[in-house]
Amino acid sequence: MALVFDALLALAMLWLAWQGVHAQTLFQAVVSFMLFGLLIALAWVRLDATDIALAEAALGSGVTGALLFAALGQLPPEPIRARRRTRWHRRLLALAWGLVLLAPIALLLYGVLQLEGRGLGAEVNASLSQANIGSPVTAVLLNFRAIDTLLELVVMLSAVVVVWSLGATAPSPLPWLPAPSLPALTRLLFPVFLLTAGYLLWRGEHGPGGAFPAGAVLAAGFVLAILSGARAPAPDGHTGWRLLICLGPLAFAMVAGGVLLAGYVYFEYPPRVAGLLMIGIEIAAGISIGFMLTALFFAAERDHSSQV
Amino acid sequence: MPPLTSETLFTLTAVLLFGIGAHGLTQTRHALRRLLALNICISAIFLLLVASGKHGDTDPVPHAMVLTGIVVALSTTAVAISLIVRRNRHRRPPDGGLHW
Amino acid sequence: MNLFIDGASLMLLVLGLLFFLSGTIGLLRFPDVFTRLHALSKTDTLALGFISASLALQSGSLLLTLKLLLITLLVMVAGATSSSLIAGAAIARGVRPWQR
Repeated sequence: MALVFDALLALAMLWLAWQGVHAQTLFQAVVSFMLFGLLIALAWVRLDATDIALAEAALGSGVTGALLFAALGQLPPEPIRARRRTRWHRRLLALAWGLVLLAPIALLLYGVLQLEGRGLGAEVNASLSQANIGSPVTAVLLNFRAIDTLLELVVMLSAVVVVWSLGATAPSPLPWLPAPSLPALTRLLFPVFLLTAGYLLWRGEHGPGGAFPAGAVLAAGFVLAILSGARAPAPDGHTGWRLLICLGPLAFAMVAGGVLLAGYVYFEYPPRVAGLLMIGIEIAAGISIGFMLTALFFAAERDHSSQV
Repeated sequence: MPPLTSETLFTLTAVLLFGIGAHGLTQTRHALRRLLALNICISAIFLLLVASGKHGDTDPVPHAMVLTGIVVALSTTAVAISLIVRRNRHRRPPDGGLHW
Repeated sequence: MNLFIDGASLMLLVLGLLFFLSGTIGLLRFPDVFTRLHALSKTDTLALGFISASLALQSGSLLLTLKLLLITLLVMVAGATSSSLIAGAAIARGVRPWQR
């Protein structure tokens, strides 16, 4: 029964992925891609990867979708090209190429399915007590492989820097507000956004959650607030923005380096305060991620005030 | 032949998804479509990593790797979108490009 | 008692699915953006309520029931607002309501 559900899910994912690339208009393609993101989040749940499901729904589908929509509003419509008729021998050639490529893919798939590793799950669970934290995924992210997470924050920071240096203006509210319901909703929901972000941060210590979903929720709240008329200073060049955006990577790097003074190795947390340090890093990272995502969105959206 | 379980099914799906993405990456013209195709390839790789690495109890290491990967993919996408929009800055449509 | 709860939960689930189905048919068959919104927003709100109630009966815990209630309320508020925003945007872009 569960397998039938999985098969339907897989078919829907394949169809939406195809639509996400080949749909008739760009708008349809973007919507299909966002739906694909939601379905793949469902697939993560089916694979017992709730953390990834949360991140996929919040970042992969939500934030990416918002960025794509913001871009769509600024791109010219795609030129409609008449479908050229392909010569039959070209088609034959393409088919032959496809078959040639299919063979190694099938071989690779067979090899992957034959894999008999037992993974690192047992090792992680064995050393979980040293990390002083309940969730194994958070332990891997913030302790055992903390350098990956630090560099991931730096990658995001570099993305913000690149996007800013392409030129950004102050985030502005929607040029039209067709209904008074949006500001009212924002006023009602903004505390809920903050509460949810805090809840996800706190939950990351012992279950699925953590800084990235929390940051995405925080960013959603900020974007909604600014779109419905809250004033915000221009992100680039404003010292407050810069500080908030650097807060996460800076706190992370300072903890990683600070333990050197206490006689530990780089990134080795003293066992007594390991849990506390990780909570601190997580909070700083969550705040920074929220502001970075907001900055990315408004950089992509930058021109829309001049649109009307 | 391995038994047909959810993991096998999603491994197969991941391979097919990567095929769709790679096909789209080479066979479409518009930059935004190519970006979407690239994102589908990325999702397929994540799915392959977790679905094929799952034997019995869950392994947190691939999960953490995929979480990191999602964020890196998002950053890449944001930069790519920014570049695409920048290139088309002077060819902006009057109606905002949305079609009803 | 258990049988009663299971039966009630199943009935609510089927009711919810029927409402989702009718909303989807409306989305596919109605002529313009306003009538489609009309079909979707109402039926989806109702269907979500039924499905949450069904799941709450199955959850057997007060905390989960409260979480489900919160989710339902949030989706209701967000659905109503986004419907009104889509309709407003359509009007602002000059889409005229469909007339027979």
